[in-house]
Formats: sequence, C-alpha cells, structure tokens
Amino acid sequence: MSSIITNSKVEIDAAGLPYRELNQQIRSAVSIGAKHITLRNVAGQRYIGTNLYEAADRKALDELEIEILGTPGNDLGMFLDGPSITVYGNVMDGTGNTMNAGRIVVHGRAGDITGFSARGGEIFIRDDAGYRTGIHMKEFGSMRPIVVIGGTTQDFLGEYMAGGLIIILGLTLKPGELHYFSHVGTGMHGGAILVRGGLADYQLGNGVGVVNLEEKDRDSLLKYVELYGTYFGVDVAQVNVDQFVKLAPLSKRPYKQLYAY
Amino acid sequence: MKDLQRLNNPYCDDKVLCSCAIFGMMDSTGKVFSGEPVFRAMINMQERGNGLGAGFALYGIYPEHQDYYALHIMFTNRDCRHDTERFLETAFQVERSEEVPTRKTAGISGEPLVYRYFVRPKPQGTNFVNDDDFVVQSSLKINSELDGAFVVSSGKNMGVFKGVGYPEQIAEYFRLDDYKAYIWTAHSRFPTNSQAWWGGAHPFCMLDWSVVHNGELSSYGANRAFLETIGYKCTLFTDTEVMSYAVDLIMRRQKLPPEIFAKIVAPPLWEEIDRMSEDEKELHTALRSVYGGLLMNGPFSVVIANNNQMIALTDRIRLRPLTAATRGNFLYFSSEEASIRLVSPELDNVWTPMGGMPVVGKIGSLPKPDDSRKRNTSAARPMAEVAR
Repeated sequence: MSSIITNSKVEIDAAGLPYRELNQQIRSAVSIGAKHITLRNVAGQRYIGTNLYEAADRKALDELEIEILGTPGNDLGMFLDGPSITVYGNVMDGTGNTMNAGRIVVHGRAGDITGFSARGGEIFIRDDAGYRTGIHMKEFGSMRPIVVIGGTTQDFLGEYMAGGLIIILGLTLKPGELHYFSHVGTGMHGGAILVRGGLADYQLGNGVGVVNLEEKDRDSLLKYVELYGTYFGVDVAQVNVDQFVKLAPLSKRPYKQLYAY
Repeated sequence: MKDLQRLNNPYCDDKVLCSCAIFGMMDSTGKVFSGEPVFRAMINMQERGNGLGAGFALYGIYPEHQDYYALHIMFTNRDCRHDTERFLETAFQVERSEEVPTRKTAGISGEPLVYRYFVRPKPQGTNFVNDDDFVVQSSLKINSELDGAFVVSSGKNMGVFKGVGYPEQIAEYFRLDDYKAYIWTAHSRFPTNSQAWWGGAHPFCMLDWSVVHNGELSSYGANRAFLETIGYKCTLFTDTEVMSYAVDLIMRRQKLPPEIFAKIVAPPLWEEIDRMSEDEKELHTALRSVYGGLLMNGPFSVVIANNNQMIALTDRIRLRPLTAATRGNFLYFSSEEASIRLVSPELDNVWTPMGGMPVVGKIGSLPKPDDSRKRNTSAARPMAEVAR
C-alpha cells in the first residue's frame, strides 16, 4: 500500500490507480483509524468517499476528512455519509450523488448533475457548475441537503427537485449579466432555490415562481454565505440577503394532469 | 462472449456502467505531434468503453502525398480486395497502394485486411462531378456494392484507424506511435443498440471530415430517410453514420459554417426561437423548415474534425458530457476533464459548452469560452427583470 501513516494522517498517491484500488486503499486506511486522508495525483477515479460505512463507526466517519489534489472522477462522494471532502481542483459529473450526510467543498468548478438526488449534507462549489445542478434533491424530517454555488450554472437547475436548498451567489457574473441557466426547476415540486444576480422570468421553468423570502431563508443565507466565505477565503461583504430572490414550486404535483388516469 | 465478460467485469457486478469516451487534441499552429498524450487520456477513460470498438482520426500524416486522396479501405476477405482494386483502377489514378502497417497485439482478433491507396480521380467524360463528390460517390459505391469492402477514410493528408478493441490496443495494432499529426480525435466504444464490428467503430469519415460520437441518435430513422432522399446510402449499421452524412451535406457540400450546422442538428427550442429578433427568428424557422429531417434527437456529444478545424457539440439539452479546454496553442475536447488534466495539468481555459452550442477551433484560432458556455442572450428580450 502506497500510503504513509503518521498521527492518523494518511497520504495516498493515486497516480495510475484504478478507482477500485484507490477506494479500497481509502477503506483500509479508515479501518485502521485514519482521520485525515490526503489523496495526491487524483485523475478521474470515480466514487471517492463511497462505501465507508463498514470501515468505521458513525462518530469516526463524521470526523473523517478527505483532501483531494487533482481532478476526482464522476460520482465524487456518492452515498457519502458523514465525512468531509475538500477538493483542490475541479470536479466532474454527479458530485454528491445521493449523499446522505457530510460535506463536499470544491475549490474550483463542477460538471453536470452536482448534488444529484442528495438526501442530506452540504456541497459548496467555489465557481460555476454545469447542467442539472441539484436534480432530484429531496428532504425528509431534519434531513435537508444544501448546495451552494459561487457563480452560475447551466440549464435545468433544480430539475425535478423535491426538497433541500440551492443557493446561487452569482459571483462570477459580470455586472448586468444574466445567469446562464434556463428551464430552472422544470418538474420541481419541493425545496427552494435562492438566486442572486441577473434573472429574467423566461429563465424559469413551468410551474416555478418567485416567492418572498421567509425568515428561515434569511437565516440559511446568512449561515451559508458566511461559510462559503470562510471555506474559500472569499470576501462576501458584497453579498447581501436582500439581493436574493426565492424560486419555489407552484405545485407539489406538477405533472398530475400528465400522469393521472 | 464469456471472455468478454471476464475482461470487462472482473468483479462480477450485476451491471457494468459504461458509456463511450471521446477525446480530441489539436495544435492550432498546425504543427504535428505524437499521439502519446491522446493514448494516455483514452486509457484514463477506460471504464467508459468495453473493448468493443475504438479508433483515431489523424490529420497531417501523409504530407508526401498531400495532393492525393488517401483511401483507407477495410477488407473482410481477399476476393473483395481484388474487386475493389479493379474498380479503383478504372476510376482513379492510383499513385501508391500498400497494406496499412500493423503489429501483432494481444487482445486483437478477427482483424480485417486494411489497405491504403493514394489516388486521384481520372479525368471524366460527360457526367462531370468535382473530385470531392466523385470520391464520396465512389466510397458509397464500394460500401454498398462491393461485399466485404468498407472505406474507412478518404481525405487528403489524413487517415482513420479503427477496429474492435480498447483504444490502446487499436493504437498499438496500427502502430500509431509511428505517426505524428496536428489533430488527433479518438473514441472508445460501448455499443448499445448497434453491433460491434470493425467498420462500425468510430471515427466515421467522409473525405477529410471525421466524427466521433458518444450517445445515441434516436432520430436515426428520420435522419436516414431524409439523407436517402438525397442519395446517401446507410450501410454501416450504426446511428453515427447519419451524423457523418449530415456533416458531409451541410458543411462540405453546402459549405455552411459549424454554427449553422449546430442550429440544424441541435436547434434551439421553439420557445427560445420565439424570443429572438426578427432576423434570427427567420433564420431559425427557415433552417427548421428546410432541414427538419436532420434534427438529431437523443443524447449525443460529438467531436468533428477536418484538415482545418476541430469542432465539439452536444445535443440541445446536453444529455452527454463534454469538456473543452485550451492551453497555449492546444485545444482539447474530452468526455472527462480529468483526462485533459492528466496530459495538461495547467490549462488556460476549461469550460462546459451549452447544449447545441458548438465549440469551434480552427488552425490559426482557438475558441473563446464565452462563445459556447452561455447562450447568446443579446438577441433575447428579457420579459421582465425579476432580480431586485
């Protein structure tokens, strides 16, 4: 095993490792007590952070930190259940796919379907994200996934969204520039999207409307904007709660006409 | 099939999740380079393919014969080679012919003979067509009438090398380490609803226009019907063939630019067209009326190249991945950003193009990210600014 252990810190050189071997090495490290794992030279290995539940108990997983240098592959943090992942680089498609708990912080941009079907946990993307961010996110009880995007995203943001919260900061837009997305919230029937930056009503999908911010939305914004600033060392003084609009579904069952029999 | 199962699925999963990989790399100064980074990028995306097809298009490889069409032809039996050569000798001046060099490669089997011919059409009688059209017609004739012979590529100073195997196996088999090119495009295949065979591997090529494709064209039937009314013959049992003929019709024969090609095969939705200026609306409505049969439905991302350019495009709602990047004089397209980063850790620009918006890199000019990562909203009239 190409890892070095000191004081429960582990380093793994991922260069040339197939994803199964890399993930096996991560599991082995966690099972012998690693609390902080650094992965170097990551180049497209998939499913990093997945399937650690048998390697350690819940408390240990909640405290586990995984640091990634390079470009992790699709489905980073898939089914993630507790650990924190920090990526120094860009991520590809399906980041946080069906994640349950934990945090993914990306010092870069994201590809498509970030937060795909997430059930809980937090995802922070410093720059822009691709298509279908937050597709089919859901929530139940105290489980509520949060996706924070520093810049803008492409089309079908919040598609089929059933719960959770997406916050779009618009920090990469030029003054007066509209967000890049259209068809926002197509098929959305739960949760909310908070957007700062240029937006025209044709960018919204059918069945999604602009509603007033509630107190809990303001609280969420204060909390997550500050966290964004802290994680990425970005001055967020320019970001004001009053600059956001809230997009929410107009119906809990948008396709009832289509699928009724 | 048992061997294949063992090869692709050593962990005996219930289901193997794969999809094709595409990659393109171009030096916009036109200088040739070795394919080593391309091979590494493709190996890095191995789980996107399953060893049932791979191929490469190389531009700038035959400078000593650059005035001749380089016909790469695949033969599944010796008789069809004789028939084809007899046909070539009647229609063309054959400057040179040779077997494409190969080496014995582990994992490669059932390989057909592949020959290359450097040819020039003979002066013709009364039915005059230009040389390019003559080569296209001859290729279609060989593909549809000479049993067992398939024209793999037919451009000048370029060639396609493809077959059944993983990309690194195909590269080794065709000794691609011996070549240098200024554009390389590459494909690794996971056949979904068409069969795996040597001629069905990508790239697909007409003259010097090549296409590598990830996804499926569910509009294949409608596209094929449209193309057959204007003389194209679909013979290769693969949906990508219609994309290749659409490229030939629109960009080569009708000389329309890639931006218009994109509006034909991946047009904006009608609701977007409704918001456009009158001029743009007229253009898009006309394109959809004239070329409705070439609208390509279903998920796709493609890399298209010819001697002067490399173009990337996804379907209009972007159901397949594609990343574009530039570094210095180099342009990269890939199914996965990680493969680009692997061969060029530092990048000047890296972006996700919008569905239906082409990324066009030409010899002499690299694409600007803002031309494809957002829709051109200048013509669109915001109905109301809702942001406070």
